[in-house]
Amino acid sequence: MSDEEQSTGPLLAVEDLHVEFRSRGRSVQAVNGLSYTLDEGETLAILGESGSGKSVGAQAVMGILDTPPAHVTKGSVRFRGTELLGLPEKKRRDYRGAKISMIFQDALSALNPVHRVGDQIAEMLIVHRKSSRGEARKRAIDLMDRVRIPSAASRVNDFPHQFSGGMRQRVMIAMALALEPDVLIADEPTTALDVTVQAQIMKLLAELQEEMRMGLILITHDLGVVADVADRIALMYAGRVVEEAWVEDLYARPAHPYAEGLLASVPRIDVRDRSLTPIKGSPPNLAAIPSGCPFHPRCPRARDRCSTEVPELRLLQTGEGAPDRSGARSGAPSPHRSACHYAEEVSGGR
Amino acid sequence: MADEILSVRDVVKHYPLTKGVLFQHEVGRVKAVDGVSFELRKGETLGLVGESGCGKSTLAKLLMGVERPTSGSVHFEDRDVFSLSRAELRRSRRRMQLVMQDPYTSLNPRMTVGDIVGEPFAVHGDPEGGRGRRVRELLEIVGLDPDHVNRYPHQFSGGQRQRIGIARALALRPDVIICDEPVSALDVSVQAQVMNLLADLQREFGLSYVFIAHDLAVVRHISDRVAVMYLGKIVEIGDEEQIYDHPTHPYTQALLSAVPVPDPTKRTGRIVLEGDVPSPTDPPSGCRFRTRCWKAEEICASEEPALEVRAGRSDHPSACHFAADSGRP
Repeated sequence: MSDEEQSTGPLLAVEDLHVEFRSRGRSVQAVNGLSYTLDEGETLAILGESGSGKSVGAQAVMGILDTPPAHVTKGSVRFRGTELLGLPEKKRRDYRGAKISMIFQDALSALNPVHRVGDQIAEMLIVHRKSSRGEARKRAIDLMDRVRIPSAASRVNDFPHQFSGGMRQRVMIAMALALEPDVLIADEPTTALDVTVQAQIMKLLAELQEEMRMGLILITHDLGVVADVADRIALMYAGRVVEEAWVEDLYARPAHPYAEGLLASVPRIDVRDRSLTPIKGSPPNLAAIPSGCPFHPRCPRARDRCSTEVPELRLLQTGEGAPDRSGARSGAPSPHRSACHYAEEVSGGR
Repeated sequence: MADEILSVRDVVKHYPLTKGVLFQHEVGRVKAVDGVSFELRKGETLGLVGESGCGKSTLAKLLMGVERPTSGSVHFEDRDVFSLSRAELRRSRRRMQLVMQDPYTSLNPRMTVGDIVGEPFAVHGDPEGGRGRRVRELLEIVGLDPDHVNRYPHQFSGGQRQRIGIARALALRPDVIICDEPVSALDVSVQAQVMNLLADLQREFGLSYVFIAHDLAVVRHISDRVAVMYLGKIVEIGDEEQIYDHPTHPYTQALLSAVPVPDPTKRTGRIVLEGDVPSPTDPPSGCRFRTRCWKAEEICASEEPALEVRAGRSDHPSACHFAADSGRP
């Protein structure tokens, strides 16, 4: 495999990705220049509110957008150095599921209701690995065991509706991991679940990631989940990344007014009587993204320049080394990027 | 106490499960709410938290008088809501209103905002000064532009739609508002706007809220007192500080510890509960939480713990045989 030659670069590199939805002569810019990288064993959180383009961006990386109406108009997605955009569908299939895999928010609609869960997991192996039915079934039971589904051997013949929400999410994780992918994209994996079940699933994902040394992209809107599990964070607004940093840095010294605003508007369970400062207005309509900085109509720090000049995502001038939680990456540079004209002023205030 | 505006006594709501078409017979019962008592005091916010299936939304329906309880009573001031005549019930409904979760489906898409907010007047009679004026006033109170009365719901964002729902609830100048997951469909940046609005309205109009939500941080922020529900029962109730900083029931402790805090410097070990919530058709004997509880002993299976003051903590009842303050987990 040519994989070995590229082992020095990032596992996954997304650059200047643009996705547009076209229908009836109108177009909507869902993703406007999304860039990020993911290393082996790393957890990157992509945080954003509804309409920020976080899910569409991930679907473009997976190559599962329906065209039309969605069109990837620009950009690149490289997996271990290999460009995935523009690959013929037959080649692309070798990556989808096998190298890059994805789990979704709603396991009930992501699983086929008329097939037994064991068959759905086994299908991955039969299609991609040309395993025999018997082998695939045995492996399906192994996988269900691995995602801690109790008495997997007897539940392999059950249908999705016979599982609880948390167990269904485990089935989907088992499917996603069947081919031992290098990258797992988890799109709001716990949003539909109760908080005690969410804790179970997040713990399971962390354990599996550790075991398999996967790169994990966690797409979420929950600032708590990000703080809890992610190494790095890319904050999205109106289809692009507005701030990117180690999680510790972003929470301690946000360098974009949007990040600052989010942190001030989230209620906290560990603090009494915290007054909330909401961000005014609402997330932008993607059919009419504001000129200049897309956040400027809601930004308390906006000046004239902000409505005319689009700020680049750039490295902060005051970048200092971040304390590393795991120690594994100590010594590595800790880039803190922000797409605000006045990023230094925002982060300097604290 | 004299300052109680709403008092719920031993309310039970069972839904029958039936089989057969011609000869229907009952094969079981979903015990959605199974003996719940609490009081709502004037001007306070009582938070009701619990996971899906704990009965919190059924309770909201019972409070609104939409569902009749299997047994038990709900008193509004000193009258039993379920023994009122129709006319009396309608009069009492003026004073108790509901704000629903989903601002997308709870507003009729074919009605203008003015009609939606003014609809309560069609049932209960026009206010002094005319309907139109009051509607504009209401829109202004909730922070919407009164000139938008002729717009339709789809022309508003999610947060604005929730404001429309709140304006409608305020139309008849109620005393109590039941909020059923009012902010859970909203983005974080907008959620804070609506929570601040609810707090402002409470101060201005002396409203009492029953605030039902699954987000524990939201409930802490807005509530004076909090009741924690599990499988149709309240397992612990107390003021916000007692529940969040000194929980005594193992379920409350596990629930709180499962919530990730938006602060990466506070990644702490948590109590991860095994398994799922059991079915409300066939809840476990004794204490309903015992199947997932790490403290469970024999007594928990045989004897149902009452919701009562334990370990000498006044005004903070807990339904656990082994209730103990663990501090914040």
